[in-house]
Amino acid sequence: MASVFDIIGPVMVGPSSSHTAGAVKLGNIARRCCADRINKVDFYLHGSFAETCRGHGTDRALLGGILGMNAADERIRNSLEYARESGIEFAFHSADLGDVHPNTVKIIINCANGSAGELTGASIGGGEVRVSSVNNTHIEFSGKYPTIITVHQDKPGIVAQVSAIFANHAVNIAFLKVFRQSRGSVASMVIETDQEVEPSMLDEIALVAEIKQIMFVDV
Amino acid sequence: MFQFSRADELLEICAKQNLELPDAVILSEQEEWGRSRDEIWYEMEARLKIMENSVEKGLEPDLKSIGGLIGGNAAKLKSYIQYGSLGGKIINQAVAYALAVTEYNACMGKIVAAPTAGSSGILPGILMALKDEKNYSREQLINAMFVAAGIGKVIASSATLSGAAGGCQAECGAGSAMASASAAYLGGGNPGVCMEAAAMALKGLLGLVCDPVAGLVEVPCSKRNATSTANAIICADMALAGIDSFIPFDEVVDAMFRIGNMMSSDLKETARGGCALTPTALAFTQTIR
Repeated sequence: MASVFDIIGPVMVGPSSSHTAGAVKLGNIARRCCADRINKVDFYLHGSFAETCRGHGTDRALLGGILGMNAADERIRNSLEYARESGIEFAFHSADLGDVHPNTVKIIINCANGSAGELTGASIGGGEVRVSSVNNTHIEFSGKYPTIITVHQDKPGIVAQVSAIFANHAVNIAFLKVFRQSRGSVASMVIETDQEVEPSMLDEIALVAEIKQIMFVDV
Repeated sequence: MFQFSRADELLEICAKQNLELPDAVILSEQEEWGRSRDEIWYEMEARLKIMENSVEKGLEPDLKSIGGLIGGNAAKLKSYIQYGSLGGKIINQAVAYALAVTEYNACMGKIVAAPTAGSSGILPGILMALKDEKNYSREQLINAMFVAAGIGKVIASSATLSGAAGGCQAECGAGSAMASASAAYLGGGNPGVCMEAAAMALKGLLGLVCDPVAGLVEVPCSKRNATSTANAIICADMALAGIDSFIPFDEVVDAMFRIGNMMSSDLKETARGGCALTPTALAFTQTIR
């Protein structure tokens, strides 16, 4: 059931919930792919995102999200200037990303530590988004809930170890999905929670031996 | 106990428990999300403040939208009505404010989607104009926002609030129904009268397509907010006069949903039909590609 604040809301910087508010959210999620300072961001815009990018401020919205702004932040209008001031390089490209939602963007982030992060996602309407890939691995989440994404070795017992940590912290798991490329190789867990997640809990999860990487998204 | 997805359920809750519409909507929000009445009230009040700010900012004469097609129209109408108008002060004031919010939205200003960004002008337009001319209290205005939210929830439950799924009838049509019910509430209408206002307002905009020029939320969106605002006031007055819709609100919502499903996707936000394919629109589109 919708909340009254989904109807009289969201509060957002215009002009479009799908092309602006959703784009901010995708940018904001994507910045978590980079654990260090961001040097350069390339945006590959597909379909309607590419066609109406400037007129909807999709470019400023995506970059505003990368800078950590949320959909109601009035600085979004000037995010290109803010990015230049912060020494972040950026470029927008039209691209054919295949048979995907018309409002899809692929974001590649180059970090100061030399690593590169990738996120692909779509703005599916009303400011809501669907992420379909992180660091070139197919996973899915909405960003509606605090979300923890792991990269770990695919072997028995990992899900149990991690869910025990959630139980100890009395954090309820709303949704849990597991993705993997092939049996026994690298896998990912996407855990969406009902409660706030404390940094100490993330540290505990990161200590699980088979977990190579952990990303936390709360937008 | 207070949950509803249809207008007749909401009316029954009001009748059985002797509640005003806004109180029934607030109770359902408390029940569903486990929040206190105060918390919900203050969040709505904060949204009213953002609406007021967007009206004020949108009235500035030198606004220019990022797509370049609109800006300054609200200021023109506001200044014109100082010296009289054909349609009367309240309607034109509300229309000016609706234009203001949509123009501010198109400049990347901060607005409250109601129910969407593309239809964000109608509800604040009516609330602010009625506040100016009839001196309703803040409390009454916030209550009216809950009435609008209740109407929007019914439409979201049984149909859609997305132009891409249902055309403009699902955005400006829904926004007009929401605003009309809130105006009828402020005018002293009981819950049934508010539903008649909503039914007539949505009925008047059934079939409205979403055909944005160059895909932007500018033309015809801004002026459709204007006409949907006038539509909302007229339907509220009709309902307060005792006129009923004949077709109940729930059935109008069902009809809207079916029409949306029958509508070609060319007429649902894709800019492949209607106004978006006129020579003027195509020539403009060339200039921004």
